Amino acid sequence: MPHHISVTVDGTSYEADVEPRQLLVHWLRDDLGRVGTVVGCDTSNCGACTVLMDGRSIKSCSVLAVQADGSEITTIQGLATGDEWHPVQAAFKECHGLQCGYCTPGMVLATVDLLAENPNPTEEEIRDGLHGNLCRCTGYNNIVKSVQHAAGLMGGTK
Amino acid sequence: MIPAAFDYVRPSTVDEAVAALVAGGEDAKVLGGGQSLMPVLRLRMGAPSVLVDCSRIDELKGISDAGGAIVIGAGVTHDDVEKSALVREHVALLAKVTATVADRQIRHRGTLGGALAHADPAGDQPGTALALGATFTIAGPAGRRTVPASEFFVDYFTTAVGPDEVLVSVSFPKHAGWGAHYERFNRTAQAWAIVGAAATVRMDGGTIAEARVALTNMGPSPVRATTVEAALVGVSTLAGIAAAAAHAADGTRPTGDIHADPEYREHLARVLTRRAVAAAAGI
Ligand SMILES: Cc1cc2nc3c(=O)[nH]c(=O)nc-3n(C[C@H](O)[C@H](O)[C@H](O)COP(=O)(O)OP(=O)(O)OC[C@H]3O[C@@H](n4cnc5c(N)ncnc54)[C@H](O)[C@@H]3O)c2cc1C
Ligand code: FES
Ligand code: FES
Repeated sequence: MPHHISVTVDGTSYEADVEPRQLLVHWLRDDLGRVGTVVGCDTSNCGACTVLMDGRSIKSCSVLAVQADGSEITTIQGLATGDEWHPVQAAFKECHGLQCGYCTPGMVLATVDLLAENPNPTEEEIRDGLHGNLCRCTGYNNIVKSVQHAAGLMGGTK
Repeated sequence: MIPAAFDYVRPSTVDEAVAALVAGGEDAKVLGGGQSLMPVLRLRMGAPSVLVDCSRIDELKGISDAGGAIVIGAGVTHDDVEKSALVREHVALLAKVTATVADRQIRHRGTLGGALAHADPAGDQPGTALALGATFTIAGPAGRRTVPASEFFVDYFTTAVGPDEVLVSVSFPKHAGWGAHYERFNRTAQAWAIVGAAATVRMDGGTIAEARVALTNMGPSPVRATTVEAALVGVSTLAGIAAAAAHAADGTRPTGDIHADPEYREHLARVLTRRAVAAAAGI
């Protein structure tokens, strides 16, 4: 039986009837067309599907759409302000923090979450903070640099 | 993959949740944070008929000071356990162990009650609940009961919580002022513990006055290393700690798998226990 949900996604309120088994990531992609959030695994490991739910990072493949009822979701498509990148997006671009880009939406949102809690993380804290996000291309070094650069852009000291 | 179809109910009290489990019959399942259940459903290793979502039950959400113990609602997330000032002060070992569970995203959703009810032998928190003498409050059709940790963990993925019951809260006796440390061994960043050793000690001057030691993944359910605990009393040197830790694997039944054979796990238990106790004791 479908369940009624009200969810705000990237600043827009949505009302919908969803099947209980529908994963949040599939509701975002298939029903709302917000395909910036991607799926990379079946095991909750890769983090490609990371979004913010009420300001905290979660894996949208591991949450049902019905469980998001009443919450506020931020996806990669809700970070920029008009034509202006979010500082974390700008930093990933500047520091070449991506190659194929598949992991990037998740990496960027996980970084936003990390910097909100720890505005000036050490390299070790960055690697630990992002360990729920896998990248098959970069070898992570430029991702760490991007996070450090973003911390600087956002007012941390690095 | 997409999970098989199921019904979904979202009770707002424990009584409603128990009623929904009873109505749902054997295939009804509690949904906590979903961080263990969702991968199971997506891989279709399980197909419950109805999920009873307990994530919006206020009673499962709080952390409170009950005098001699800290009571943590089953629905409190790993992130909130780890950051709680009450937990850090009075149950430091639990805070430290919880900080090593999975990753930030999973800690934002996964709950202490879910992890304990799931009872994965490789789970980081069950051993600590056992070694600290936690007690579990469980609600079912016949009312509420309290179960000590020594009776809670039954076997692989099996606890005292029945199919029509809800774990409500876990009470941890206070251990304020005790040093605490968790050592966990794995090969890759995202892996579960191949073996883990959690130690907390009360120091009297430079000497260990009391110790609690828990082992992760050294058998089908968590292990409390009581021989080590007894041997640590009165110890004040690294050599003394090593001699006590040499008993860490005594009486355990670790499995062999692709990560480690039983003998290697026994070796890890001894080494990690020595390191964890030394760090907890500051020796
Ligand atoms: C990629 C990944 C890595 C992980 N790494 C680790 C790790 O390193 N260490 C570790 O310890 N854990 C790890 N976990 C597991 C994580 O800790 C889970 O959050 C936890 O095991 C389950 O908690 P949950 O609230 O999400 O429970 P759920 O997934 O909702 O439920 C798990 C089980 O417990 C039952 N249950 C839940 N709540 C209750 C309740 N209140 N009453 C009765 N039954 C209940 C459910 O019915 C289900 O059977 C990992 C998980 C993933 C996906
Ligand atoms: S798709 Fe891999 S963690 Fe969500
Ligand atoms: S850039 Fe390709 S997976 Fe990270």
